[in-house]
Amino acid sequence: MTFNAAHLLGIEHLHPTEITTLLDLADHYAEQNRKGIQSKDVLAGMTQVNMFFENSTRTQSSFELAGKRLGADVMNMSMATSSVKKGETLIDTALTLNAMHPDILVVRHGSAGAVSLLSQKVNCAVLNAGDGRHEHPTQALLDALTIRRAKGRLHRLSIAICGDIAHSRVARSNIMLLGKMENRVRLIAPPTLMPSEVSELGVEVYDDMREGLKDVDVVMMLRLQKERMDGGFIPSEREYFHRYGLDAEKLSYAKDDAIVMHPGPMNRGVEIDGSIADDINRSVIQTQVEMGVAVRMAAMDLLARNLRERRAAGQVVTV
Amino acid sequence: MTDILFQNARLIDPAELTETTGAIAVTDGKITGVYTGGDLPTATEVIDCGGLCLAPGIIDVGVKVGEPGERHKESYASAGRAAAAGGVTTIVTRADTDTTIDSPETLEFVARRAAEDSVVNVRHMAALTKGRKGGEMTEIGFLLDAGAIAFSDGSSVIENTKIMSRTLTYARSLNALVVGHIQEPTLSAGAAVTSGKFASLRGLPGVSPMAERMGLDRDIALLEMTGAKYHVDQVTTARALPALERAKNNGLDITAGVGIHHLTLNEFDVADYRTFFKVKPPLRSEDDRNAVIDAVASGLIDIICSMHTPQDEESKRLPFEQAASGAVGLETLLPASLRLYHAGQMTLPQLFRAMSYNPAQRFGIDGGTIAVEAPADLVLFDPDAPFVLDRFKLKSKSKNTPFDGARMQGTVAGTWVAGRRV
Repeated sequence: MTFNAAHLLGIEHLHPTEITTLLDLADHYAEQNRKGIQSKDVLAGMTQVNMFFENSTRTQSSFELAGKRLGADVMNMSMATSSVKKGETLIDTALTLNAMHPDILVVRHGSAGAVSLLSQKVNCAVLNAGDGRHEHPTQALLDALTIRRAKGRLHRLSIAICGDIAHSRVARSNIMLLGKMENRVRLIAPPTLMPSEVSELGVEVYDDMREGLKDVDVVMMLRLQKERMDGGFIPSEREYFHRYGLDAEKLSYAKDDAIVMHPGPMNRGVEIDGSIADDINRSVIQTQVEMGVAVRMAAMDLLARNLRERRAAGQVVTV
Repeated sequence: MTDILFQNARLIDPAELTETTGAIAVTDGKITGVYTGGDLPTATEVIDCGGLCLAPGIIDVGVKVGEPGERHKESYASAGRAAAAGGVTTIVTRADTDTTIDSPETLEFVARRAAEDSVVNVRHMAALTKGRKGGEMTEIGFLLDAGAIAFSDGSSVIENTKIMSRTLTYARSLNALVVGHIQEPTLSAGAAVTSGKFASLRGLPGVSPMAERMGLDRDIALLEMTGAKYHVDQVTTARALPALERAKNNGLDITAGVGIHHLTLNEFDVADYRTFFKVKPPLRSEDDRNAVIDAVASGLIDIICSMHTPQDEESKRLPFEQAASGAVGLETLLPASLRLYHAGQMTLPQLFRAMSYNPAQRFGIDGGTIAVEAPADLVLFDPDAPFVLDRFKLKSKSKNTPFDGARMQGTVAGTWVAGRRV
């Protein structure tokens, strides 16, 4: 097994073999989940705390379910109503929590780099469930697993990521992961939603969707947030759908067997036509949700193994 | 009889851009003789400099002292000690305190505090608009009478061009120096880093370096309208330089400065969200850094300063976007600037032209030279001595330096203010 990290903070610092190790284990959990086989011993006796400084339903419940399936004691802390509102700093929150001896900490925060900052102050395993516009590593991993299962491989594929790239942590993690695994990544967005100098990250940049979708194997759509629809970044919702919404006509430029993905929640009729989202021959959106639980089980399993090893070696000082 | 004789020194003369081996005599706080040979006078105290560099003390323009309001970050006593340790003999303070130095009364308060507590000379800038809000101009005339040597709203840009234009016109009538910060304020709103590959990779909101040029272009146009006397606090991008050069060639009364961090660090130094590297404007690309160094060497940029901005640990131990901007620099200005000397990009007289001579000339401060009759504000330093910086050994109350753990060269052997060792 090759996976030595103490935390899962982002894709940036993962090695391709670590990604493969994690996906292989996730594959195993995906099969077990389908068969209804329990693995309650994996995290038995461990405490998992979900700290979501930003509201989330999908990611938080996916992490919660993953922890419970592995036998962890899971606690959800809703940070929106907690002492953060009373002016406590992120580091004080981390130290307070650390004193309660959790084993796994799942954190989502609105600021880039905040989860990494927090991980430096605690002695448990930290998983980044999204930090600002920076990274969302488990989303990229579940996307990778979905692609690998649908396409039979995770290399030499042509993958288009479309939509609000500039504000998307999902896009950043995916660009890094798919690049590391030697795929061709294309970014399609109006220039106002494209990060500056992004081509330096080794991707091809398009502002014409049909051109960008030509002969791709995978179409990955991103959510367009409501607050960005009103003239600041794009003129209107309907013009956006006309030029960048995925419909059957635009999808016809991709390969005939191209799959369609979306991290959810979807805006039907804004970035994706409802009939495409529901097309069981093209859309793997439900598989993504399913793989999400498996990937998070695998990630927590690997981090827990490393944590136990480091504790046994005396490298983790228990306060 | 001479009070002090510095002999066997490598004399750095930024006015003449020369370095020679010689001696300096000091009496009653003033330089009374500069000798490069011949007989030396007898003196009460003879200091053998052992071949080390003797230069006019640094005049650091744009230092933030936390009085009033944030004395826990930096007081006049601690700022003075930090300056003395860094070879800085005069600090020119900023007005962006809490409360703003925007009335003769607050200026008199800080002037008194500085006189009581600081071991180095202190001069003050006052705000250009009340509360630095960009609305109403301050009492520029009264503030000049109370001792303000320049007027600046710090890093707040006066967004309303009409107000900026009137303020410059009024300042012109009093021959007051206005120090501006050049940023197109709406374009740079919310930015934490310079836009580009690094910002995209880290998911941080960025500002285009073009915002600096836009800010400069507007202010240059206003100088053509008003004829005001104007100094840009920091020029940090290559794209702003041609405009600055044209403005100077066209005879406008404009000078420019740059902070030491923009000369020695680039955007990638932020690395994994290190908040001690968050400064305003944000660190730039390596190409910009090199272009700005060339501009200082050629004299297009006149002044190097530390942009000393003390911040406590709490303001910095936050996610990058929320963390406060600024870095301390009084004690690291000299060794950091010597990096440019050791890299062969600038000579020592060129460095001291930008750190002593030009600030004195532009801000109307006595000093900045080693000529007879100049005040005996001197720094003796070894430009080669290596050391590793430990931020907890800094004299500043705040320890937010980006150079913690950095290998540096250049140690101060002594600092004299008006002939008195500090």
